[in-house]
Amino acid sequence: MTTRVLVPSGVLGLGFDHAALARGIAARPDIIAIDGGSTDSGPFSLGAGQSKYARAATRSEWRALMQARAEAGVPLVIGTCGTCGTDSTVDWMYGITAEIAAELGQSLKIARLYCSQSPISVIAALGMGQIAPLTPAPPISAEVLGQMTHIVALAGAEQVQAALATGADIILCGRTTDTAIIAALPLLRGDHAGGAWHGAKIAECGALCSTNPTSGVIMVDFDAAGFSVEPMALDAACTPHSVSAHMLYENADPFILHEPGGHLDVRGASYLALDARRVRVEGSIWQPAPYTVKLEGARIAGYQTTILATLRAPHYVAHAKDWVARLTDFLHADIARKMALPAESYQLEFRLIGVDATLGAMENRSADPVEVGVLGLVTAQTQAIAAEIGKLINPWVLHFPLTASEELPTFAFPYSPATTDRGPLYEFALNHVLHLADPMSAFRLVVSEVTA
Amino acid sequence: MRLGDQVLKVRSKNAGPFWVTIDVFCGTAAAFAKLSAGLQTEAVAALYGCPLHLVKRFDIADLSVIKFSIPRPVVQGSARDRDMHGAQWGILLEEADL
Repeated sequence: MTTRVLVPSGVLGLGFDHAALARGIAARPDIIAIDGGSTDSGPFSLGAGQSKYARAATRSEWRALMQARAEAGVPLVIGTCGTCGTDSTVDWMYGITAEIAAELGQSLKIARLYCSQSPISVIAALGMGQIAPLTPAPPISAEVLGQMTHIVALAGAEQVQAALATGADIILCGRTTDTAIIAALPLLRGDHAGGAWHGAKIAECGALCSTNPTSGVIMVDFDAAGFSVEPMALDAACTPHSVSAHMLYENADPFILHEPGGHLDVRGASYLALDARRVRVEGSIWQPAPYTVKLEGARIAGYQTTILATLRAPHYVAHAKDWVARLTDFLHADIARKMALPAESYQLEFRLIGVDATLGAMENRSADPVEVGVLGLVTAQTQAIAAEIGKLINPWVLHFPLTASEELPTFAFPYSPATTDRGPLYEFALNHVLHLADPMSAFRLVVSEVTA
Repeated sequence: MRLGDQVLKVRSKNAGPFWVTIDVFCGTAAAFAKLSAGLQTEAVAALYGCPLHLVKRFDIADLSVIKFSIPRPVVQGSARDRDMHGAQWGILLEEADL
């Protein structure tokens, strides 16, 4: 059986070409699948359990997709709701969906796939030897797991298939692998397994696998031997190069992709141009393995206060590295003296913008900049301590002289107050997999109906 | 000669929070053949201060691409991270005279 999957874009919130979406709907897909998240922007979203995209942007695009779904009469599935796929962001997405349904007068069956894991259950799994580290993995213990603000397990095709089996019109998934929402239906219908995962990987970033990445909309036809892919924007084309090159993107290994229950191997895949816009792919292999799901977790690593100053005086610009080294030593001593805080209990770091702020120790170029930005980062155990350190260092960041013999300088602060309290600093603290005897045992499915 | 002057482009990006991957698009089969033979993994490891045995390298003739994947010395977004997306890392290789 062939399965036609329409992917409107790489992620909900980044936009897509509406004419291309209309072409996709006219081509009668069996399902519409879109991703809603990524770890790409850093640990904040998972740590806080919040979407990184504006509600207004999400709502506007989701509204268009809900209208397209009603027209096509097929399921609409979103993976990793609200950037991180915690239960809180699934509920956030459900709120938006119910609001739009009422507005459009749509009666819907909505399935929610919850992927959050309680620290208690993960600690129990650790105790039973069901958690294994990936490379490189931060060390974990019951104590570390207990500190996580959010832990999610990445659902695969099986959990999305369970949601599809409910007959839902709309499926709101918590954290899923990028590919699972696309591969689920073709696999369920018995299409080629290697082709299903490979095609899903190619389409997961929308039109990034084409010559016009911002057009968004991609159609994939899966069948018993492989898949064919075509962009829905008329000015976009999929070529064997654009399609095969997509395996490089954000992948540490361009040939092997691990998923729940096995891995995809594309070393033997062939990419053939069907015409100027469509590519046919066959030869990829799915290798089953014991069933594991990847875990992601974030915890609070401290609380931050930042300070920004700029140096324009040539004498200080030329000696910025020396200056900041002397300033840092002085401040550690001053903080110890006035706040009785040992240097191990907080972090104080200055980054020189214009010198090596981006690459740090890896930087191998030097130049003669016009000015240098001094970004000070204070990380402490509480926001109150970080803020107090910020206030303490503030006058010195403004006035610290390069040598004891010179007049007190005054640098430039861009705003008042010069310090900014940033709140909690989250960090990713899990790179592990969880063994599951039953794929659904770590996930929950809730089905509800909204009526117009 | 800078590596960037011999190839189409160099791109880097996180591959999850724990890895950065760097793709060298050579542009032509000739440039790929030359670089594939001439570009030493040791030199790339040294450039990024990464132990050699942790660098993954893929020479992909079909795409004229050489790909390097490196575990991040600091996890994405942790206190010492300077480049959330790892997208500036490629510049080092682009500018390198290897």
